[in-house]
Amino acid sequence: MSTLTTATEVTPPPRFTQESLGWVPWVEPLDELDLTERHYEGLVQRPRAKNPYFRLLARDPEVLGARTRTDLDIFYNTADGLGRAERELGAAVASRSNGCVYCASVHSAFATHFSKRSDDVQRLLDDGVAADLGDETWNAVRDAVVALTATPVRFGAEHVVALRAAGLDDVAVLDVVYSGAFFNWANRLMLSLGEPTVG
Amino acid sequence: MDVIDTLSGIDAGSRLDELRSHRLEAREQAQATYDALFSPVDDSAMSPVERQAVAAFVAALFDVPSAEQYYGRLLADVDPAIAAAVTDAVELGRGAGPYGAFHGDLASESQPGPELFLTPQLADALGVRLVAALLHAHMLALHPRDSARDRLQPLVDAGWSADGIVTLSQLVSFLAFQVRVVAGLTVLAAEGSR
Repeated sequence: MSTLTTATEVTPPPRFTQESLGWVPWVEPLDELDLTERHYEGLVQRPRAKNPYFRLLARDPEVLGARTRTDLDIFYNTADGLGRAERELGAAVASRSNGCVYCASVHSAFATHFSKRSDDVQRLLDDGVAADLGDETWNAVRDAVVALTATPVRFGAEHVVALRAAGLDDVAVLDVVYSGAFFNWANRLMLSLGEPTVG
Repeated sequence: MDVIDTLSGIDAGSRLDELRSHRLEAREQAQATYDALFSPVDDSAMSPVERQAVAAFVAALFDVPSAEQYYGRLLADVDPAIAAAVTDAVELGRGAGPYGAFHGDLASESQPGPELFLTPQLADALGVRLVAALLHAHMLALHPRDSARDRLQPLVDAGWSADGIVTLSQLVSFLAFQVRVVAGLTVLAAEGSR
């Protein structure tokens, strides 16, 4: 089997969007027929075997499994801490900042789903990370994630102060850090192992 | 106590230890990722020295001091000559990210920035596989939106397999996450409780 996939026709999205996009791998994913229990353990959720991105990451199943479980706790453990909408906003801001159009499409749509604030989300996509996102909490989350996404990292005491002033407790502040940091992981994989396509 | 605790200066029983316990699965699985990358069950696609070299390189590029020192020391312990070459590569590669080119309607948002260029002497010291890996890691760390299909060909030409490219990409991307969690926790620890 070749290492890289054969180039196929894609339609690159011309701008950031909340609409659903496709993603085409550049590196050959595993064939679904070749997956073993070790790979399914890494996929965590068996239906993910249908997805070429996860079948590609399944080439290192132990890393994929640990990464997936990290992801699920950061975004779906809602026993306390930050709301689902704000966690997805953090993911969308990191993606907008790094330039991952695919990740931004998925997580901006989730942010809209949980917040019903499609216009605020769309301003982030259209105008970039300097846009006014409509309230103190969202702007504070945005500022924190942009600072955390920069190299060198600019996240500092002022961001913690602003998040606390917006009403976040420290578990919620930790969730802001985790959601922004996690998408600095996800963006790099999605950007470098394949590309988005419209439709 | 895990690597993130060590790099963030978090002690057992401290306020930050308690705070991290609210996301126990994330804490354990971030460490499990580290273990899977640096103590893998199968290292045939990426050697132990390659893993430590790329980690030391990107931890330094990300410029989080505790992580830079930690991964730098691990590499120096396993291969001092490669460690010296990586230190020189870091000095050639440092920069402020994320930068890179946008396309389509977004082209006006493009922010140009440097590509890593390794001298022939450094390339000799590192060898073809690590040269290709560090050039790719530099892009992933600082200008990931410059990614392109063509950028993977030098890795293939240098002998990287599909499995190896996935592990290399995960390693750099995990470090991007880990150092940012460390940076965030370090600030939170210094700020005291509200």
